[in-house]
Amino acid sequence: MKYAFPLAAVIALVLIALVGVQIPGMQYFFGIVIPYAAMALFLGGFCLRVIYWARSPVPFKIPTTCGQGFSLDWIKQDKLEAPTNTSQVVARMFLEIFLFRSLWRNTKSTVYDGPKLTYESSKWLWLFGIMFHYSFLVIVIRHMRLFMDPVPFAVSFTETIDSLLQIGAPTMYMTDVTIVLALLFLFGRRLTNPHVRYLSLANDYFPLFLILGVATTGILMRFFLRTDVDINAIKQLAVGLVTFHPTISADIGAIFYAHLFLVCTLLAYFPMSKLMHMGGVFLSPTRNMANDSRMKRHVNPWNPSIKPHSYASYEDEFREDMVEQGIPVEKELPPKTDE
Amino acid sequence: MYDSSKIIPGLIIFVLFVTIPIWYNHGDAGAAPEIKLPQDAKACVRPTAEMRASHMQLLNQWRDEVLRDGDRGTIEVDGKHYKKSLMLTCMECHTSKKQFCDKCHDYASVKPYCWDCHLAPVE
Repeated sequence: MKYAFPLAAVIALVLIALVGVQIPGMQYFFGIVIPYAAMALFLGGFCLRVIYWARSPVPFKIPTTCGQGFSLDWIKQDKLEAPTNTSQVVARMFLEIFLFRSLWRNTKSTVYDGPKLTYESSKWLWLFGIMFHYSFLVIVIRHMRLFMDPVPFAVSFTETIDSLLQIGAPTMYMTDVTIVLALLFLFGRRLTNPHVRYLSLANDYFPLFLILGVATTGILMRFFLRTDVDINAIKQLAVGLVTFHPTISADIGAIFYAHLFLVCTLLAYFPMSKLMHMGGVFLSPTRNMANDSRMKRHVNPWNPSIKPHSYASYEDEFREDMVEQGIPVEKELPPKTDE
Repeated sequence: MYDSSKIIPGLIIFVLFVTIPIWYNHGDAGAAPEIKLPQDAKACVRPTAEMRASHMQLLNQWRDEVLRDGDRGTIEVDGKHYKKSLMLTCMECHTSKKQFCDKCHDYASVKPYCWDCHLAPVE
């Protein structure tokens, strides 16, 4: 029941917003104070977390290689799986960040008749993972129409493409469907796959429920609970927030504040959660290092500074004592001059 | 801090990227659109709040009934009969697309596809 507490927390957040805005004046708290605080926590926390990570030294060259490393001329190197230079690392990182390439290695062991044991790539996680992330990206870009005046072409174009199916009025967004489907899959996977279920913690379920809550309140607001959701008043508030002259011109429905409060929770929670993989993917040493440990010397940054001390210089330092003690030396003492 | 020559520029790019709306608006919040209401008509087919929230659903419903089901019957509001028509009913009072429809739609970047089929009035 590790999902019960996160679920209750998200329901409580919705209720706090729904009930809170009924108190006169609290619209300013939920509409202005909380968003600013959440954004400050998000940006500040994000940078602090990345700097905290950057202060950890990487003592060893630890790229994960999963292909043929650089070798003799006639052995073909796998440039993406065992990169040896910066451009190959950049290519590897690009595919990782934009296409989640390493999720193709999400192998599943199955026993067939025979008995035959196979480890096949199970791409469902990759499919729904990438579906979720790109849907979320498109949704964030779409929302920029509420923060930018006049609306830039890139934003309205994204929206046109997203509502291309022209289903219903207001038109259905494809990403609304895909993000909910993907979230339900990612949640269902944690419930039904025994290995993942065993590993899942409350802080795995909480972001899922939180984002599902954001999506649900957003969809309800656009398609089902439209009364009192004055889009122009919302845009005035949003543009006001980013120009530091926030105004709440009309009564905006409580469902909007629930949506906003969940988004603010997500922003504030982001830097202290596993969602920081957004910044962390750039900083994973197993991905962003080149497999060139035999070409370039990697010096552990925390090594103490120890000067090399050769035997020759050691003997120079202690020759007299060595001769006196009868220890053989490679170079005899210089002949004494006064004799 | 290690690799600060890469990480600090990365963080600066991230912060600038997240705060794009701030740079884009130049601190100018702009004014909310003011629509020109019809002078002579006093009442719409539905109350104002309901029209504001769901005019697009009503228009969609009219389109489906008239064009797909062939039901061209009128609707009765306060003893007055109205045709289920964008051009003949709505635009009878709200004569200007530019002064009425477009004001809010442009502000909120809503692009209804009414005008894919209908001819917009010449203004």
